[in-house]
Amino acid sequence: MRLHEHQAKNVFAGAGVPIPDSALATTTEGVVDAAEEIGFPVAVKAQVHVGGRGKAGGIELVESPEEARAAADRILGMDLKGYTVETVLVEAAVEFVNELYVGITMDRDAGQPVLMVSTEGGVDIEAVAAETPEAIARVHVDPVAGLRPFQARQAVYRAGVPDDVASDVASVLSTLYELFDERDASEIEINPVMVTNDREVVAADAVMNVDDDALFRQAGLAELEAESYTNDLERKAGEYGFDYVRLDGNVGIIGNGAGLVMTTLDLVDYFGGAPANFLDIGGGAKAERVANALDVVFADDNVDSVVFNIFGGITRGDEVAEGINTALEQFEAIPKPVVVRLAGTNAEAGMEILNTDLVEVEATLEDAVERAVDNANEVSQ
Amino acid sequence: MSILVDDDTRVVVQGITGGEGKFHTEQMIDYGTNVVAGAVPGRGGQTVAGVPVYDTVERAAEAEDADASVIFVPPAFAADAIFEALDAPIDLAVAITEGVPTQDMAAVNAAVSDSETTLVGPNCPGVITPGAGKLGILPGNIFEPGNVGLVSRSGTLTYQVVSNLTDRGLGQSTAVGIGGDPIIGTSFVDAIELFEADPDTDAIVMCGEIGGEDEERAAAFIHDHVDTPVAGFIAGRTAPPGKRMGHAGAIVSGSGTGTAQSKIDALGEAGVPVGDTPAEVAEIVADF
Repeated sequence: MRLHEHQAKNVFAGAGVPIPDSALATTTEGVVDAAEEIGFPVAVKAQVHVGGRGKAGGIELVESPEEARAAADRILGMDLKGYTVETVLVEAAVEFVNELYVGITMDRDAGQPVLMVSTEGGVDIEAVAAETPEAIARVHVDPVAGLRPFQARQAVYRAGVPDDVASDVASVLSTLYELFDERDASEIEINPVMVTNDREVVAADAVMNVDDDALFRQAGLAELEAESYTNDLERKAGEYGFDYVRLDGNVGIIGNGAGLVMTTLDLVDYFGGAPANFLDIGGGAKAERVANALDVVFADDNVDSVVFNIFGGITRGDEVAEGINTALEQFEAIPKPVVVRLAGTNAEAGMEILNTDLVEVEATLEDAVERAVDNANEVSQ
Repeated sequence: MSILVDDDTRVVVQGITGGEGKFHTEQMIDYGTNVVAGAVPGRGGQTVAGVPVYDTVERAAEAEDADASVIFVPPAFAADAIFEALDAPIDLAVAITEGVPTQDMAAVNAAVSDSETTLVGPNCPGVITPGAGKLGILPGNIFEPGNVGLVSRSGTLTYQVVSNLTDRGLGQSTAVGIGGDPIIGTSFVDAIELFEADPDTDAIVMCGEIGGEDEERAAAFIHDHVDTPVAGFIAGRTAPPGKRMGHAGAIVSGSGTGTAQSKIDALGEAGVPVGDTPAEVAEIVADF
């Protein structure tokens, strides 16, 4: 789960990390009022989960009410890489002399958290990592022992952070590690940490990703989840409890198991189509779950055809088939053609049960995907 | 021969009294697995599916001479269950549980490195040696005894590839689902090393997916140390960066590490043919 910038900043500020004055706004008037309250210049920042917001036009620095109004009109409601901007953060623009980078992530290959510090903040840190990896100091932390205070200092000094702010930056880093550990984060990042004329350090941006698998013990953060969805289809799928990712193609995909669903997406591409989504219906596929999955995929205007790919392990093919029949019988007309492929336990019985007035049936994964791609091509022509 | 599981493997089921634990214990026994005990705190003295239950793994392992464990404990308690298996000690612990917090696994990972136990998973379908036994939730009916070793990060994709193999008359020596989480016990390299040393494994199939660099490391290992022919499959070619594709570990980072293409290229450079479809993987193995 990825927090919005303003949510992450609230978490950081609550732990004592300095952040600029700011306010949220959802209307043009709200933006102008907030900007006047905070005092110009301010940054108007789109709150969407899109990397490179600045480059894409989602952040604007304004110096007067007129500019604030124009920026608000432009940014609120704009489409930023597929996401509609509904909320902006209006934030005091910080005058700075240095921009640093600090981050903590789980190094999955080492099985340990790793601290990262660089004096090349304010730019795409992943580009820095790719081009000049030596510009980022990295220190691994033993997850059982926790962060030893010297490790934060070590990372900061290794990175070459100016001496007069080194101890403040190390303190921010220690605070971020505590949050990382206590709040089950998978990634925490401030890029940039701004160093002001007065040699103060301020978090000018904030990234916090929380481990979805730990939300059961992070009640305060779990409450933010609904707010952090960025489009209606994701929200709907999340409420039904599906793993769902929207893409930009027109072949809707429902399957069971992450690897098999990913493979189904890849095969759509392989056969010349474009996948509209990833939807893992999970284990079992009773009528209600099937109906919910179809509800999500049918609600996507981009979808022209659907492929349903289930490999029953413990899940039984006949039960899945009944679920599909029951779910589809509820529609007066099937809105988009559905191809079903069942395999595994009781798959043959399932194929016989499937109502072929409602769905098309194919025996192999490849045939099912190819047919769904053909269906989509026919509809979109 | 086979790897990890054979006719003599004696299994304790941690979490045997839960719905999943009980159901899959019955399935494992039906398949011919020697399930000798269950372990659930506070349930010692009970019997589930004809199997005696003990309060601790230590007692179960001692009383019934168990050397392997399968873990069906809910996510919040799964790390503790793994620690208990390490302490018992058990030779092989297979953690089926999906949704174990990553930071819990970071702590487990440190302990596993210092132990004698092989951990498989979590978030995996388990291990099966067709005809001998299965530890986990894999559907036994799609497997056939044979000489292809299979290692995979995904459950249902494993079933798909296995059915393509079985349809072609290519049976399996052992299939290992290593799990879809960012931090797991047995890696591709670990499993491939075991298959390479197994005289009854004549070909290896590895099914990877986006995220991390385990497949890339496996490619380098295969290049340097493996004579057994290996075929590959990589899921997630169409996955957009920054999005978790179901599995907690299946995510391409913003910087582009962990992409399907990087894995396919690495395997290609190591001389491992990668199928575009699951059916093609079986075709490649048939041609070895």
